[in-house]
Amino acid sequence: MSSLSAVTRATLAKDLRLEWRSKDAINSMLFFALLVVVVFSFSFDPNAEESRQIAGGLIWVAFLFAAVVALNQTWARELRNQVLDAYRVSPAPANSLFLAKALGNFIFVSMLEALMTPLFIMFYKLRALGPAWQLIPVALLGTWALVVNGTFFAAVSLRTRSREIMLPLLLFPISLPAILGMVNATTFILTGEPFVRFWIVLLATYDVVFTIACLLLFETVLHAE
Amino acid sequence: MKRAFPILAVLTGILLSYALYEALVVAPTEQTMGNVQRIFYYHVPSAWTAFLLFFINFIASVAYLIRRNPVADAVAVVTAEVGVVFCTVVLVTGPLWARPVWGIWWTWDIRLTSTLVLWLIYVAYLMLRRFSTSGQTPVLAAALAVFGALDVPLVYFSIWIFRTQHPQPVIGGGGSIDPRMLHVLLVNWLAFLCLAALLCWSRYRLERLQREVEEAQALESIAAPGGSR
Repeated sequence: MSSLSAVTRATLAKDLRLEWRSKDAINSMLFFALLVVVVFSFSFDPNAEESRQIAGGLIWVAFLFAAVVALNQTWARELRNQVLDAYRVSPAPANSLFLAKALGNFIFVSMLEALMTPLFIMFYKLRALGPAWQLIPVALLGTWALVVNGTFFAAVSLRTRSREIMLPLLLFPISLPAILGMVNATTFILTGEPFVRFWIVLLATYDVVFTIACLLLFETVLHAE
Repeated sequence: MKRAFPILAVLTGILLSYALYEALVVAPTEQTMGNVQRIFYYHVPSAWTAFLLFFINFIASVAYLIRRNPVADAVAVVTAEVGVVFCTVVLVTGPLWARPVWGIWWTWDIRLTSTLVLWLIYVAYLMLRRFSTSGQTPVLAAALAVFGALDVPLVYFSIWIFRTQHPQPVIGGGGSIDPRMLHVLLVNWLAFLCLAALLCWSRYRLERLQREVEEAQALESIAAPGGSR
């Protein structure tokens, strides 16, 4: 079994199963996500009119911090058990490991977002003036943008001192165009302004470009550790 | 070749002094902004030099990824470091100029945002090189440089398209430049290029020496039986 999709599915299933059985990462991440929402709502407490202007930025910054905490433990299990060495000598394509990890992170971060969003709506009394359904492609594309680069840079940071800080140091500058897109798209949907489609297209372009870049370079990075 | 370095150093010193004289004395005073505008002769050449250095870094990184040539990696490190220095000059002189002229320190227009993103990416690059304990740091850093090269055009392009669709007040419009000012600008750019070449050259020599020392130390610890290390 060494085809890309078969190995990807197997690795993803293994990760999900491990996580489901131990639940160590899930519980702490969920609680952290809740805390982030509460702290942000404490610190910025606008009325319903203002909240639409700033909620887009607030929500995505909160998601970004929750995502970084989740991404930091991407490769932790692999490091503890020398799985990466075993992977390097196996005939399995490196990209299937990357895709499995990225998809696992995507599922995980989406769960965190699904928890945080209703809380934000509640605390900020949000109501979208534009077409609210457009928030779904924004959420999907934006989360993938953070997760695909985050998984890649988590692998790059594996052998660095201060590993946990290295990931956001690398991820944030590279993610700036995606963050621009996510925040602007969300804000314009909430306030009912036009030009949402432009930012969604930008997010999609960012996703395509960087997914291809990650897939092309991951094997090099995996063998470089 | 050894004599060329001091010659370049002297030449750079002369050029920089001449360029300073030109910028402060010879160049005509700008109509609306007055003498504050003279910082333009440091701001713009620094920006062009930084972009050129980062472009060389991108080429060297790609060359390293393809061929694993250590010279390419050394060039990448050197150009990244000197490029960050010049980019910092741009980001400091910019607000210093903007405050008296526009009344604001900063704005998120297309050039400022792209330059800031470029600076952030290359500072992250230098941090990766410093903090990485892997033996294959050059490969990781080269991968990051490629990501950066994809990222900055995206930032520029997205803000550009958005601005033409969604017009905002134009700050610092284009327009033509007085030929005497252009002459001073080019003289300053030449001086800055010589300074960049001087800095890169001496940093490159340092980098090569450091690598030779590390290699010699590694060979010694392998060869020496029961070494004290």
